[in-house]
Amino acid sequence: MPLFDEKKKKELGDILKELENDVTIVYFTQEFECNTCKDTKSLLKEIAGLSDKINLDIYDFQKDSEKTKEYGIDKIPAIAILDSKNFDPGIRFYGIPAGYEINSFIKNLLEVSGKREALPENIKKRIDSIKKDIHIQVFVTLVCPYCPSAVMTAHRLALESDKIKADMVESSTFTHLALKYSVTGVPKIIINEKHDLVGAQPIDKFLDVIEKI
Amino acid sequence: MPLELNLNLASFTEKHRAVPLQPNTIYDVLILGGGPAALAAAVYCMRKGVKTGLISKDIGGQVIETAGIENYIGYKYIEGRELVDKFRDQVKQFEIGYSEGLKATSITSDNIKKVYLEDGNFYQVKALVIATGKSSRKLNVPGEKKLTGKGVAYCAICDAPLFAGKRVAVVGGGNSGIEAAIDLAKVAEYVTLIQFRDKLTGDKVLIDRLDIFNNVTILLEHEVLEINGTEKVESIVVKDRKSDEKKQIDAQGVFIEIGLIPNTDFVKGIVELNQYGEIKVDCACRTNVPGIFAAGDVTSVPFKQIVIAAGEGAKAALSACDYVLKV
Ligand SMILES: Cc1cc2nc3c(=O)[nH]c(=O)nc-3n(C[C@H](O)[C@H](O)[C@H](O)COP(=O)(O)OP(=O)(O)OC[C@H]3O[C@@H](n4cnc5c(N)ncnc54)[C@H](O)[C@@H]3O)c2cc1C
Repeated sequence: MPLFDEKKKKELGDILKELENDVTIVYFTQEFECNTCKDTKSLLKEIAGLSDKINLDIYDFQKDSEKTKEYGIDKIPAIAILDSKNFDPGIRFYGIPAGYEINSFIKNLLEVSGKREALPENIKKRIDSIKKDIHIQVFVTLVCPYCPSAVMTAHRLALESDKIKADMVESSTFTHLALKYSVTGVPKIIINEKHDLVGAQPIDKFLDVIEKI
Repeated sequence: MPLELNLNLASFTEKHRAVPLQPNTIYDVLILGGGPAALAAAVYCMRKGVKTGLISKDIGGQVIETAGIENYIGYKYIEGRELVDKFRDQVKQFEIGYSEGLKATSITSDNIKKVYLEDGNFYQVKALVIATGKSSRKLNVPGEKKLTGKGVAYCAICDAPLFAGKRVAVVGGGNSGIEAAIDLAKVAEYVTLIQFRDKLTGDKVLIDRLDIFNNVTILLEHEVLEINGTEKVESIVVKDRKSDEKKQIDAQGVFIEIGLIPNTDFVKGIVELNQYGEIKVDCACRTNVPGIFAAGDVTSVPFKQIVIAAGEGAKAALSACDYVLKV
């Protein structure tokens, strides 16, 4: 059964008309699909079917070990989004981008395609002066209306800086990670393993933490 | 379970024209808050054509935390999130000065008023509309602050999935406490609902819905004394208010749903508050300070509802515009 009815398809298709350049969704699953892997695949296929500008590459987490390594994937379902030159800005979705996270996902497709609003000058400057490697993980649940804003901010940072990689991590799919990082409230933002922020924080709060690392 | 997709269409299709707030401009009206009162005020000011700015910690306020709304006129049913998106789009279609993410920390009451934000910046304005609403009341027991975000939670709809198969406690027997208990009972192993009074005070329909679950225990006339845990919540200590008997309850999560307090810390000593800490206003939303107006849940106006907050926001905006024209 299709996930989107005709009306939703039309709406999403219209949104995706705004894509400026091609994007590629890289999806990692495996032969014996994990719990949510099958749904994730159907979702991505439907989304890719809505625009000529979206390519979808599907890899097997086990068999395509080279790709898995190239993209640094350590769990599935995993999604990366590449730009028209196949450049990987470091955006990852671990877990299905459904529920409220569909909003982050669609927004990221647009942003990676080149359709994004300019950041304020001072924020841009602060991002450009980041020298250390930064890894942001945003733990979410799919029923959390505040979470997409934290995910979009983290992913925007990844998009703006070669130094930053940012993951959405769906807490109910990766319960062991939620446990490891003591996630009992979402969104919870973990930066370079040790530093954390709770709640949908604005971009300068992310930068405040990053600059102290 | 069918896959849910909560696509927010408007956030992609609407064109937003809001601009960053300018530190060197003197605004006609600055609106503090991002709930229905503030957003309605913003729409009215922009349509009046006065130079307006909006400063808010977040957009939506309490409405974001509301699953379904059935009494906002014009909609038989609408999700809180969806209503907020509509409000936001209506505001951001204007070229309004806009700052989201930071709290106002203090204001001054001179003719040209200043609003200071968390980051130390300040903005200047002739008339202020305060619509900072209400936030969850804290229990004020040992362990609560330390363990907030580590098992102590205030948003059940967001965090319920994290407590699948775990033991949790809900504090508060009103509507929000009962709703939280229902959301949690669906996923958690066990829910203990703790109520200070001798009966639940929520609506009957909700109490009936809660009754269906057999993994919920209700403790009436109990109060929470402390929340224990080093890295995470491990247990709570409650006291039976009749027998004074204390007991420890295992819980990995504690959801606190004991009502709301007005966000007026940053205006204390500037505008007059009532005994509940709400800003006193007259029927034109005027405070005791000329040029400072207030609207919505943060005020002494009875009945806290979305439609009321929105109406009061409109009124405060019109009063503020009037004031600006006269000074
Ligand atoms: C769970 C729940 C369910 C509800 N259900 C309904 C319902 O079904 N129908 C109904 O009509 N009403 C309902 N209500 C009540 C309704 O949500 C409120 O009456 C309404 O939101 C009040 O609007 P407001 O704009 O005055 O304040 P709020 O919604 O409280 O908004 C306050 C805003 O101010 C911001 N803020 C706070 N402090 C500062 C600061 N210092 N600086 C800058 N910004 C600040 C906040 O971030 C927020 O955006 C419900 C409330 C809750 C909690």
